[in-house]
Amino acid sequence: MIEPGLYNYWIVVFLMMAGLYVVVARGNLIKKLVGLNVFQASVFLLYITMGKVEGGTAPILAEGVTVYSNPLPHVLILTAIVVGVATTALGLALVVRIQEAYGSIEEDELEEKDERDERKLRS
Amino acid sequence: MTATIFMIVRLHNLFAVVMLGGIYSLLAASMFVVLDAVDVAFTEAAVGAGISLVLMLAALSLTKTEEKVASRHGILPLLVVLVTGAALIYGTLDMPHYGDPNAPIQQHVAPTYVADAQAKTTVPNVVTAVLASYRGYDTLGEVVVIFTAGVGVMLLLGDRRRRRRRAEGRE
Amino acid sequence: MSHHFVIRVVGKLLIPFILLFGLYVQFHGDFGPGGGFQAGVIFASAFVLYALIYGVDKAREILPDDVLRVGIALGVLIFGGTGVVSMLWGAPYLDYSPLASTPSAGQHIGIFIVELGVGITVASVMVTLFNLFARRGGDDELDAE
Repeated sequence: MIEPGLYNYWIVVFLMMAGLYVVVARGNLIKKLVGLNVFQASVFLLYITMGKVEGGTAPILAEGVTVYSNPLPHVLILTAIVVGVATTALGLALVVRIQEAYGSIEEDELEEKDERDERKLRS
Repeated sequence: MTATIFMIVRLHNLFAVVMLGGIYSLLAASMFVVLDAVDVAFTEAAVGAGISLVLMLAALSLTKTEEKVASRHGILPLLVVLVTGAALIYGTLDMPHYGDPNAPIQQHVAPTYVADAQAKTTVPNVVTAVLASYRGYDTLGEVVVIFTAGVGVMLLLGDRRRRRRRAEGRE
Repeated sequence: MSHHFVIRVVGKLLIPFILLFGLYVQFHGDFGPGGGFQAGVIFASAFVLYALIYGVDKAREILPDDVLRVGIALGVLIFGGTGVVSMLWGAPYLDYSPLASTPSAGQHIGIFIVELGVGITVASVMVTLFNLFARRGGDDELDAE
């Protein structure tokens, strides 16, 4: 079980689970989005740590350097970050609209309100 | 970083949570520098600690800044998270070690990129070369996703017509 | 926030440098860290800063919504159009080799143009996002920051 080489994955798993916990256990929609962001960042970290090469340097070619870290994960994550913020903004926009329509962003309150409306429709 | 996460989980004031989210991003960015991913760190610092924070704050000001104290403290979420985490940890036992130059990820196409990028594109920054040339399709897709997200938010929040009508009604 | 004297002065000092830095990151991305994605975000952050200090309405006078809307589409068009141009020269889609006399120079130009497209789209989308959120709440909400 004592494998120092796997330490980085465990950090990632911890961060990921913390993010997941926030998403699952909290009812507030904005907090859920922050949790999603934490989760997302942990995935970024996973990719970047996988691309790291012992003794390597940043993948910008220079003379006298032979070992570079893997540039491919960097590319993927670079675009993923910017896409991530765009999608987060989309989520926030939805939250704002929900707040305007329901007057709340707590999950239980939303459910309550939905049920009340349904009952009203039925009766 | 761990402390930041812990506070994010615990705090109920959303303003503080969002701010901590920004700090978390900045810490992640500094970590990326250590891991040789300067381009990524650059982006994370600009996006995570800058734009995304401002967007979050703007959204907060449109909603509430105080989270309702959770009524359900169920053990179920914690259990789910712990089980998933344990499964993931078990999965990592077979993973290649940190910094291992012989890991499968280092053997596939990456060496070609590093070796050929300079000769083929005359661009010393391999990340840029791969981003725009080798994986041009990917990047095109990503740009279209950003485009779509922008249009989506415009549809959700851009209320030009209603605003104009309201302005007319006021006059 | 426009009544804070210090913020106004410091903002005025900083914004040109942020814009300049954004341009540098955009066009120097081939040689150092940087590129369209980062440059777009930095560029947008300069406008967001301006909007935070002087108000969204003033920022929209400088960068009207129509310009932003065109920018969002233009970036994607530049990217996709580059691919079409290389197709017209008989190469596969998004293969930049025929854009100049030698394939490697063509690649360099292609990367440059594509990054420009990325930068334009990212910057316009980010500024638009901020404008939409900020306008939603009226002008008073910016005092929260």
